[in-house]
Order: sequence, then C-alpha cells, then structure tokens
Amino acid sequence: MNDLALADDALIAAQRLAEWCSRGPELEEDIALANIALDQLGTARLLLTRAGAELGRTEDDLAYLRTDREFRNCLLVELPNGDFAVTMVKLLFLSAYQKLLYETLAPEDDIAAKAVKESAYHLDHATLWVLRLGDGTEESHRRAQQAVDDLWPYTHELFEPPFEALREGWSVTVEPVLAEATLARPEDRWRPTGGRAGVHTEHLSRLLAEMQVLHRAHPGATW
Amino acid sequence: MTAVEEAVAAVRDPEIRVLTIADLGILRGVAEEGGRVTITITPTYTGCPAMDVIRRDVESAARRAGAAEVEVRTVLSPPWSTDWISETGRAKLAAAGTAPPPARTRPGAVALTLTMRCPRCGSADTEELSRFGSTACKSLWRCRSCREPFDSVKAH
Repeated sequence: MNDLALADDALIAAQRLAEWCSRGPELEEDIALANIALDQLGTARLLLTRAGAELGRTEDDLAYLRTDREFRNCLLVELPNGDFAVTMVKLLFLSAYQKLLYETLAPEDDIAAKAVKESAYHLDHATLWVLRLGDGTEESHRRAQQAVDDLWPYTHELFEPPFEALREGWSVTVEPVLAEATLARPEDRWRPTGGRAGVHTEHLSRLLAEMQVLHRAHPGATW
Repeated sequence: MTAVEEAVAAVRDPEIRVLTIADLGILRGVAEEGGRVTITITPTYTGCPAMDVIRRDVESAARRAGAAEVEVRTVLSPPWSTDWISETGRAKLAAAGTAPPPARTRPGAVALTLTMRCPRCGSADTEELSRFGSTACKSLWRCRSCREPFDSVKAH
C-alpha cells in the first residue's frame, strides 16, 4: 500500500509540474520545474515497478491502465497548478513531506535512500521561492498567502496513519519558512481526505485522461 | 582488466560526452563467469533519461568485446553522489568547460555551499544563475570576471 501511495504522489506531482513546461515565468524556472518533474517521475517509476512486482503488473500497466478510483495519491498533488505561487507553495508542502518520509524509510529502503537527496533539493528550491514571493511585493504576498490558505487543508491528509508521527517534523520545517516569508499559518479547520482510499477530486480524472490517452489509444506502444 | 571490463568502462555518458561511465562513477561492477557477463550500473538521478541509452551501450560494448551473454543490472544502493566522480573525471570536466563538483566530502564534515571556480578563466567570482541546468545532474552558473556562463555538476 505504501509503495503505491508514494508512487502515485510522485507520478501525479510529476504530471502537474510537467504542465509548466514551456510556460515557466522565466527560462531558468521552466527548466527547474521540468527537472523537478523528472526527479518525481524517476522515483515514481522505481516505486511503481516495485509495487507492480507484487501485483504481477508492470510500471506502465499501473500508470496508464488504472482508473481514478485505483489511484492512491494524496489530493494535494492532483489539485490544478493555479498560478506560480500555488505551484511553489504546493511544492514546499509536498517536498517537506517527501523528504521526511523518505528519510524515515531510507535505512531499509534503497529507493527512499536515493530519493531523499532529490527531495532536499526540491525543498530548497521551493523555500527560496516562497520566501521571495511571500516577502516580495504586495501582489506576490497576496497571492502566496492565498495559496497557503487554499492548500493548507489538504496537508492534513498527508499525515493520516501510518504517517501521523511525521506531522511534527513537517511543521518544524514548513512553519519557519512561512514565518520568514511573512505568511500567516492558517488555522486547522477543514480536512479534505479520500485520496489514499481512491476517492479523488474531479481534477484527477482530467489529469489521467491526458496522461493515459496515448497508451489507451495504442496499447503497448513503445518508442 | 579483461577486454570486456575495459570495453564497458570506456562507454561514454550520453549527456556528458567527455566522461566515461567509469569516470562518472555510475559503473559499479563487471562480473564474468564463462561467457556470461553481469554489468552493474547505478543512476545519478532517479529520473535520468540517459539510463536506457547507457544500458544499451554497455550491453553492445560487452558483446563487441566477446561476451556471449550479457545482463545489465541497475542498483540504487549505495546511492550515487558527486563523490563517485573520479579524479580523472574531474579533470576532464574542467577541461571541457564544466565546473566539477566541490572537492570530496569526508563523512561527518559540515556541508557548505561553496562557490564554483570558472572553468575557463579560473576566477572564483562566479554566481549561480539557476540551481537546475541542461541535464538533471547540472546547474547553471556565470563568471563575473570573464562573463562566460558555464555548467556545473550539482553538488549532490
């Protein structure tokens, strides 16, 4: 169950980040977002291959031939990209989570041990941008705060069992970044959930339609 | 080294052409038993798109050197880091205009972000333009002295 949940987090995050390709606010950032997407995709492929070995399925089967109800990713990663602030706040929340999670699993898990360094790099990048946007202009601050307020409720789902112990470490990473960026930490209220059980937002269906269309139209196609 | 080992070690990285996979430190071993060869490699980054090409290249290199049966295995542990780049590899990178990663770290040493020395003019007065570069393992820099932009292998 863990492999599939973490694989799907990485896969769906990769697909969302890849939507920025050729649309980044500047060339360097366009490349950065595509690079991060590539790292996420790399981890997703390794985890899907391992999960598939137990289920008797290939990584392609799992990525391209499951329906939305069979995906186990958290809701946070399937939400639309929104503006650049939404993307960066989402990446901050996600990479802080993935880094902690992979660190916890790393001693006995070679995929996690490999992915942890990449997550640390993503976290650094997201932190730099959240600081710059939050503590930037009036407009960038407004948008960054809106992103934090909108996305915060979705972070609760990340720490559902068996990962409830990680919330504290995550807060220790994320909250000082928000504070330094002059962004207010929202109150804990609404806690949308369901992703780990396959109950997703409508956004996932649309994302999958685009991600899977080629494979479904031409089953087994390879380069 | 046997002929097969030599041939495999000489395979070039498809994205950093000046380096062999042995220089880059992603070749973990070549085991021969009779005509059967097992080659073990590791990725720099999990999503490195060059891995499929490298797999194909090492397999054909081993076959050309006389191996009858070739298996290419990919391992993740211990994870690759820039410490795996050989001294020869570092020299080749610098000569080709790509700044090698900072000197090898000892276990327990404090990680510091050091500035990159310009591979063209040698100046230490450089700035990072982007933490992500033309491939997953590189970042983009510029020299303030000679004004040239250059790639650097990300400290990892």
